[in-house]
Amino acid sequence: MKDSNFIIELSHISKSFGEKQVLDDVSLYVKKGEFVTILGPSGCGKTTLLRILAGFGTADEGQVKIAGEDITKVPPHERPVNTVFQRYALFPHLNVYDNIAFGLKLKKVKEDEIEARVRKALKMVGMTDYEWRDVNSLSGGQQQRVAIARAIINRPQVLLLDEPLAALDLKMRKDMQMELKDMHKTLGITFVYVTHDQEEALTLSDTIVVMSEGRVQQIGTPTDIYNEPANSFVADFIGESNILNGVMVRDRLVHFMNRDFDCVDGGFGENVSVDVVIRPEDVYIMAKSGSGMFEGVVQSCIFKGVHYEMIVLTPDGYEIMIQDYNAFEVGQEVSLIVKPSDIHVMQKERTTNTFEGTMVDATHINILGTQLVCNEQPNVAGGEKIEVEVDFDKIELMDNKEDGMLVGDVRFILYKGDHYHLTVRTEDGDNIYVDTHDVWDDRDIVGVKIQPDDMRIKLV
Amino acid sequence: MKWLFRFFMKRSNWSLPYLIFLIIFVVVPLVLILLYAFQDADGNFTLSNFAKFISSPEAANTFVYSIGVAIVTTVLCILLGYPAAYILSNSELCRSKVMVVLFILPMWINILVRTLATVALFDFLRLPLGEGALIFGMVYNFLPFMIYPIYNVMQKMDHSYIEAAQDLGASPLTVFKKVVVPLSMPGVISGVMMVFMPTISTFAIAELLTMNNIKLFGTTIQENINNGMWNYGAALSLIMLVIIFATNLFSDDEEDCASNEGGII
Repeated sequence: MKDSNFIIELSHISKSFGEKQVLDDVSLYVKKGEFVTILGPSGCGKTTLLRILAGFGTADEGQVKIAGEDITKVPPHERPVNTVFQRYALFPHLNVYDNIAFGLKLKKVKEDEIEARVRKALKMVGMTDYEWRDVNSLSGGQQQRVAIARAIINRPQVLLLDEPLAALDLKMRKDMQMELKDMHKTLGITFVYVTHDQEEALTLSDTIVVMSEGRVQQIGTPTDIYNEPANSFVADFIGESNILNGVMVRDRLVHFMNRDFDCVDGGFGENVSVDVVIRPEDVYIMAKSGSGMFEGVVQSCIFKGVHYEMIVLTPDGYEIMIQDYNAFEVGQEVSLIVKPSDIHVMQKERTTNTFEGTMVDATHINILGTQLVCNEQPNVAGGEKIEVEVDFDKIELMDNKEDGMLVGDVRFILYKGDHYHLTVRTEDGDNIYVDTHDVWDDRDIVGVKIQPDDMRIKLV
Repeated sequence: MKWLFRFFMKRSNWSLPYLIFLIIFVVVPLVLILLYAFQDADGNFTLSNFAKFISSPEAANTFVYSIGVAIVTTVLCILLGYPAAYILSNSELCRSKVMVVLFILPMWINILVRTLATVALFDFLRLPLGEGALIFGMVYNFLPFMIYPIYNVMQKMDHSYIEAAQDLGASPLTVFKKVVVPLSMPGVISGVMMVFMPTISTFAIAELLTMNNIKLFGTTIQENINNGMWNYGAALSLIMLVIIFATNLFSDDEEDCASNEGGII
């Protein structure tokens, strides 16, 4: 049996709530005993995916298998999984003992065995002697411990955890993280953990699944995800990073910030546009001397506890974030060095906007759900299918949504050292990618304008 | 003028009109009932009114019968109202809010109008008026008061409790028995208070639906007071008040619970 390696097999899961697609062809395979974290910003579909696994939601398309058995249509109470809920969901009418024993009592386990197992579970979560307490009298952390005990006592094949630590304060969260990791080791069961906290994901997991907009962006070990992010979204979401536009001149030579850098990546081809990621802790900073790779002036310096976080402006106008144990004063000239192995080159997902649409007549096109004026096209009858390309920096955004030809809201902001790369979602759900020097906020409503001269229209 | 301004500016004085209203229409009548109950017609202190109640089998029987009717009504209201509230609060079973309004609608119509309509309906269907009609009328009149508090609690119930129970292996029936029912008890208690207590003192429904053949305790009190026997009537009222007060005390703990969980009182 080739499937026997995987305890969980989610294949091609899609799910929409009304018009909104929350999961788009998600596939995930989890090995027995693994600690898998599904990580993503709120609204990325991670909780929906977990609910499909638990059986509280059904997928529109796709198949769910646990331990090789197809459970796509099995109701939640017959699935070999247990869930730890974000807001605990302890039964308020039962005490700690009865809450934990709930699952075993349903299975008609003998009373003395239940008692022994409840005691063991309580001991495991560090709550011995709390059996007869009212659950409402417990603190958040204690309630979460009881919720974990209530789930693990049933010895599920898979334990699902839906942001279980989100409601706890920082100190408590750190302690619980360590305890969860220990528990995972002791129990040997598969954990599927959902969180939006990247640090938590890096700390706990064997494997991280990064999700955004209903799609899996990258699956890998914490080190892989951190050091080798698959795209600019992952690089931006996991940890701090400098993401810059670059050109891969040839293998092991990349051009960005107006100069060439040696690097260790290759296989992109020659003169290909790429995204370059440099982690702030990988930039070496020193007082100005001839030995640096490039120079800059310190713009700001903030103490972050362990290190200082500095923004350095290069003469070419790029802002680089640097983390270092030594502080450099604002205004000081510094030299910077980046090792070739610390330059991570990523394929660009796109280099220009491409919109599909139709010709209306010689001077009008229909794209993005609206009619726009274009330069006169030869030999047009109307109705031809077209592809329109517009460069990122040729799209104008306006404060006043009435001024634009289209209305959208800013969904994702990426700082590229000297400009912002924005994703603007139109009302029809299309994405427009924009390079701009103006500062916009997440969820800003903007008007979008495209000049006819900037449209490259191709018949398809 | 200045003191008047200051008087109205002080916020605690704003409650004064309500306080006066309560004193005139609630406290004074209660005190009067208490005084009248322990007086004879000439205004001397006596316990004879209570002795008369205990010694007269008619009044005592009516009293017991009234409580019986109230219990039967309440139980029937729970049996009919609980499933109705469950269905109404379940978005899968009942997608439309119109259903909720239809169930609550009778609460907006005057009780006498409804009862007279019931009499007409029984006439039209050639059904006999009497005990059956009385119970029917009671349940019909008080059912919304049972449904609403239960519906209220069920609607506010956190859905994750139900999911947690399913997750732990409970079938839909077990979820209902072990989670939905216990968590909706505050609503049931509220409903019982809203139905049981008013039914003890009702008399209009009994008069109209039994052609005055069956007397409830409310009727006895009303008759005595109508016939000028104020002191005896007051004593009977006091006995009823004590009973109502006792039920209130009995469910006090749960009532606290009910207000936390979103019950109606």
